[in-house]
Amino acid sequence: MPKNGSPAQDATTFLNARLIDPATGKDEPGGLLVRDGVIADMGSHLRRNAPEHSKVVDCKGHVLCPGLIDMQVFTGEPGLEHRETLKTASHAAAAGGVTTIVVMPDTEPVIDQVALVDFIQRRARDNALVNVHVMAAMTRGLKGTEMTEIGLLKRAGAIAFSNGKSSVANARVMRNVLLYGKDHATLIVHHTEDPHLTEGSVMNAGEVATRLGLPGVHKAAETIVLERDVRLVELTGGRYHAATLSCAESLAVVRAAKAKGLPVTCGVSINHLTLNENDIGSYRTFLRLRPPLRCEEDRAAMVRGLAAGDIDVVVSSHDPQDADVKRHPFAEAADGAIGLETLLAAGLRLYHNDEIGLVALLRALTINPARLLGLPSGRLDKGAPADLILVDLGQPWVVDRALLRARSKNSPFDESRMQGRVLATMVAGHTVYQYAQADRD
Amino acid sequence: MTNPVAKVSFVRRHLLTCENLSAGEINALLDLADKAAENNRQINKKRDVLRGRTLINLFFEASTRTQSSFELAGKRLGADVMNMNVSTSSVQKGETLIDTAMTLNAMRPDILVVRHHAAGAVELLAQKVDCSVINAGDGAHQHPTQALLDVLTIRRAKGRIAGLTVAICGDILHSRVARSNINVLNTMGARVRIVAPSTLLPPAADRLGAEVFTCMNAGLEGADIVMMLRLQRERMQGSYVPSTREYFHFFGLDHEKLARAKPDALIMHPGPMNRGVEIASTIADHSRSVIRDQVEMGVAVRMAVLEAMARQLPNH
Repeated sequence: MPKNGSPAQDATTFLNARLIDPATGKDEPGGLLVRDGVIADMGSHLRRNAPEHSKVVDCKGHVLCPGLIDMQVFTGEPGLEHRETLKTASHAAAAGGVTTIVVMPDTEPVIDQVALVDFIQRRARDNALVNVHVMAAMTRGLKGTEMTEIGLLKRAGAIAFSNGKSSVANARVMRNVLLYGKDHATLIVHHTEDPHLTEGSVMNAGEVATRLGLPGVHKAAETIVLERDVRLVELTGGRYHAATLSCAESLAVVRAAKAKGLPVTCGVSINHLTLNENDIGSYRTFLRLRPPLRCEEDRAAMVRGLAAGDIDVVVSSHDPQDADVKRHPFAEAADGAIGLETLLAAGLRLYHNDEIGLVALLRALTINPARLLGLPSGRLDKGAPADLILVDLGQPWVVDRALLRARSKNSPFDESRMQGRVLATMVAGHTVYQYAQADRD
Repeated sequence: MTNPVAKVSFVRRHLLTCENLSAGEINALLDLADKAAENNRQINKKRDVLRGRTLINLFFEASTRTQSSFELAGKRLGADVMNMNVSTSSVQKGETLIDTAMTLNAMRPDILVVRHHAAGAVELLAQKVDCSVINAGDGAHQHPTQALLDVLTIRRAKGRIAGLTVAICGDILHSRVARSNINVLNTMGARVRIVAPSTLLPPAADRLGAEVFTCMNAGLEGADIVMMLRLQRERMQGSYVPSTREYFHFFGLDHEKLARAKPDALIMHPGPMNRGVEIASTIADHSRSVIRDQVEMGVAVRMAVLEAMARQLPNH
């Protein structure tokens, strides 16, 4: 899907790169040739010498790897454009090294009809810098009672189905969605939080919440829904992905399901890998999230789960919220944090802290979501789309939310020190973002 | 009664929480409050510590005693006191807390006394205004002047706080009074117990610095102070406890349960009381009940806090 004008006819060679292919685990010096928007060739023979008639980019030894695929991005289009549009989200994505975003159905109206899938695809084609795919609603209006037209929505281009930010409480509806979705070979992505146990809660239950005088929710609210869903997967054989898990107990459930050979996978948000409930400090509403940030033991367990491959996918869970819903007392503020532009940099914290290897981190951000969603990108392979990023792993910078490209500025990483930044982002061979020193520093 | 060794003054711009108050600061406030209590028993109660100053009572949640206590405290110190009536305020028109704060700030008050139903709301507001802010209760978080008036009442009746065993009984889960008291009593060296049915205990209750009991008789055994908490009406019918009757049977303070405490144990309640729910009517009027002293000390403590804060105000 070439973006922005003319298709790439001329070839470009990226010389002197550190090529990382998360699909094969290869991490070696070399070069890569892009022609007509796809990866035409790569390897050590291209490290110093470019073929004739190709443009040449010297990567100066920096990492060249597939662009990130973020399968949980909330925008405000349609309905809440003052928070985020597909265009502004795509600019944030490009600057963060994300070349494919999957947008969630939690809009106004909810993406539960064929015409709305079509609307998103057209708006994205005309306005977005990166690839945009649609996660359609699996129940009408995300109400959890009636199934949407899963077959027709898929035919219209919906890449997977989800119930957005809410869990389907009714087990019969969930069973039917998994069962019917199986006929159409769809992936069912589910947010796992028991609505009754969660009701009224604003953070993780525990000492921190008790001291702050805030109503908390126990981790069991997540694990209960996840365990039920795994039983239903066992019953139906439907492909199931737990959207964002947050605690060690849930990982145990996923591990057990995988050991049984069930088609179960799971994701985690970057926030739950890099932050914990203590970061809420004195009521910082940008850290009010769903699921809530847990304790440090859980954060560490999530990172270990990622390194071990129990967790398949890392998402930004980019959720733009305006000041009008965030500048409130913690208990009355909205949930959610933006994250597209800081996704990779925050992930690199784990790498720099020796909590996870670079390839394992990138795998969950590229090839794993690509395989789950059936996308040809997310890998360095001849013929694969030239969705690529060039990354300086060492470059230090400080997050300034005023400079972030997302329309809403609710970043939990505001004023955080980061190490590693995206130098350039290519989508189908086109450069959609290039870091300029003057940009920030 | 004053402790000359720990003579540290209270130097703060805001009073938002008891979590970080030192014993020295608390003693300094209690000493000031003792003097204010003396003053309040004179015929002429008026002083001019706050003359020319404006105090705004901003109550987002209904309150009779705390609001009138602050109003009286401000007036006795000579301040101009304004009560913001929430039911007719712009909050009802959808204005955010911060916008309300900014509007009030533009009127240049010297001290804002704020009560809000959301935890952390008063702190948020304090970040946005130029004046001093006193937390008069924020959600289930903190109610600092209540804890201070409680320890003042205890100190005056018992002559000390350190070493006493204080049993706080009732709805700990939703209680800012309990949280503030646990903080202050621990700082002052008391042994704190919390007594409640498990549904009214917060998660990780054992981490707060108190011994946890789910049986009233065991919790009151040998206690010097029995501090009862109010059970909100909406929590009585089935969601947290099965019924008022059952709650009173197991957790209401009656003569039988009180007999477990020390013979000279004091009976306290922050008010307003539900007679026959958390406390038997005869107990409320018991000779060892200091519930009315608490109200009197409320005014004294608030005068002490206002006076201490007035010293920090600009142009003093």
